[in-house]
Amino acid sequence: MGRYALRRLLQMIPVLLGSTFLIYVMVWALPGDPFAGRCGQRPCTDAYIAAQTAKFNLDDPLIVRYFKYLGNLLQGDLGQTFAGQNVSDLVARAYPTTLKLALVALTIEAVVGLGAGVLAGLRRGGYFDNFVLVSTLFVISLPVFVIGFMLQYGLGIRWGVFPVTVSAGAPFADLILPGLVLGSLSLAYVARLMRSSLAENIRADYIRTAIAKGLPRRRVVGVHAVRNSLIPVITFIGADFGTLMGGAIITEGIFNINGVGGLVYRSIRLREGATVIAVVTLLVLVFLLMNLIVDLLYAVLDPRIRYE
Amino acid sequence: MTLTETGSPAAVPAGTPPLLEVDNLHVEFRTREGVAKAVNGVSYAINAGETLAVLGESGSGKSVTAQAIMGILDTPPGFVTKGSIRYQGDDLLQMPEGVRRTYRGEHLAMIFQDALSSLNPVFSVGYQIAEMFRVHRGMSRSDGMKKALELMELVNIPAARERVKDYPHQFSGGMRQRIMIAMAIALDPEVLIADEPTTALDVTVQAQIMALLKELQRERDMGLILITHDLGVVADVADKIAVMYAGRIVERAPVYDIYARPAHPYTEGLLASIPRVDMKGQELFAIKGIPPSLMRIPPGCPFNPRCGYARDICREQDPPNYPVGDAHDSACHFWEEVVDGTRR
Repeated sequence: MGRYALRRLLQMIPVLLGSTFLIYVMVWALPGDPFAGRCGQRPCTDAYIAAQTAKFNLDDPLIVRYFKYLGNLLQGDLGQTFAGQNVSDLVARAYPTTLKLALVALTIEAVVGLGAGVLAGLRRGGYFDNFVLVSTLFVISLPVFVIGFMLQYGLGIRWGVFPVTVSAGAPFADLILPGLVLGSLSLAYVARLMRSSLAENIRADYIRTAIAKGLPRRRVVGVHAVRNSLIPVITFIGADFGTLMGGAIITEGIFNINGVGGLVYRSIRLREGATVIAVVTLLVLVFLLMNLIVDLLYAVLDPRIRYE
Repeated sequence: MTLTETGSPAAVPAGTPPLLEVDNLHVEFRTREGVAKAVNGVSYAINAGETLAVLGESGSGKSVTAQAIMGILDTPPGFVTKGSIRYQGDDLLQMPEGVRRTYRGEHLAMIFQDALSSLNPVFSVGYQIAEMFRVHRGMSRSDGMKKALELMELVNIPAARERVKDYPHQFSGGMRQRIMIAMAIALDPEVLIADEPTTALDVTVQAQIMALLKELQRERDMGLILITHDLGVVADVADKIAVMYAGRIVERAPVYDIYARPAHPYTEGLLASIPRVDMKGQELFAIKGIPPSLMRIPPGCPFNPRCGYARDICREQDPPNYPVGDAHDSACHFWEEVVDGTRR
């Protein structure tokens, strides 16, 4: 498995090169003048334009510019914004918040989703099963901003159970409500996936064996059935964590969270090419790593899978 | 083996209940399409050290009876509607599930046809055997694993020490069935039910598994219920035989009697359909027709539409169990004709 992991890590190099190149090309291919409106009501001075052009090598052909950028990147220099801020500082400020929000959302979707899925799968066709099916369908059909505003109004403003917005520093307690909103869609999928997976496994021959061995029901279900049913669900949750760490533009916007999603959104609007490229590349890297972890976890959960 | 050892209920000293006694058991499956009567009044008994072979084709109710004994019927749709299952005189069906569970593995154990799907794919075989000791005896994980290793050695798994942490898919079919057996006998049960234990295996391995079962039975004086459709397996190991058709026992006899004097047309048909070396090249006999749907069992004798002896009475009256000989009975109105061999 070690060799397999190493090979997968090496495979990331060409993927990362390719994705940085594509992003770089796309960002600078955006139509319009990067200096339009950058200096308030007046046009920018020639001196400013000349300085920025030199800083971002804007007079070079695209391919040359890309390799110069890549060279800096390899030395750990993520570049600067037009205003002279270090992109690495921006990322370092936004990323911990995104990570915290992702963890909260993941915990909620895993705990609630798995619990609901197990209970529904054990009693297929029962009241709770129908409740889970209908409520998850409801969640899946609603756009996230509707859920976000509804919960913010209901739980935040009306009943005051949770803070309405997230305060500076994003403490975990403030992130519960946004985490619930962000995780709601995946929660619904996890519940449904776990339900059908468990309902299928509970009829398996080895469950009959486990009962015939005289094991108590909670052990038959909790150890023998759940362990097998978790395999597809863990894969989904792992991939979802990769997505969550890419930030959440809408949820961050609703709850005033300074995360990566908002950073990318603002950078695209302001044509801060250097920031967009750096952040998106980072997200690609995180996503690739998460996928690798999921694949390795898969082999741990299911001994029939072996990587050479 | 002598006929006096066959230990039918009548041969047991009065006052001692048999080790396991199934009495007038009825099981039905309630489905959307209707009610399937899978078991209709099955009775059999077994004593320590005895082997009962339950014979019959697919859907005859032999496995369902075994599942009802173990308490592993899928409920719903399966329900025991009538009858009793007494272990040393105590009716298992009257026990609360919490008590009944403690009998499984401890007193009654079962092995299944397909060991690959019957073992959990994500736990090592050692873990699955050790589980018996951890749950029933409260042993620690490491003590349980030591016991698992001993059992794997007992059922002759080569290099058991290296393989105890292997997973079911890493073993061959015969080895997997040995592991199933090790798991079933872990707590030294009094009754072992083997549901077609060799059907999924190739012939040489079949013989080894049967020999192992037989040896373990002798050492531990277990009652063995062997469910099979293979008459060849039966002759070597069974003391007595119960032949099932459409959810009832049509003939019960000591093993020797079944081959010498079959007293039911269905048994006769089964015996005639065994391929024989001296009949090589000739067409093999087959019982005509197909078994009835369990949702529409014909009135009278269930075998009558396929039977060469059938007359009007067979379509009207369900035959009782006629005594044929010592511990031998047959549910056929014309059993005497069958025994006399006046076939058609």
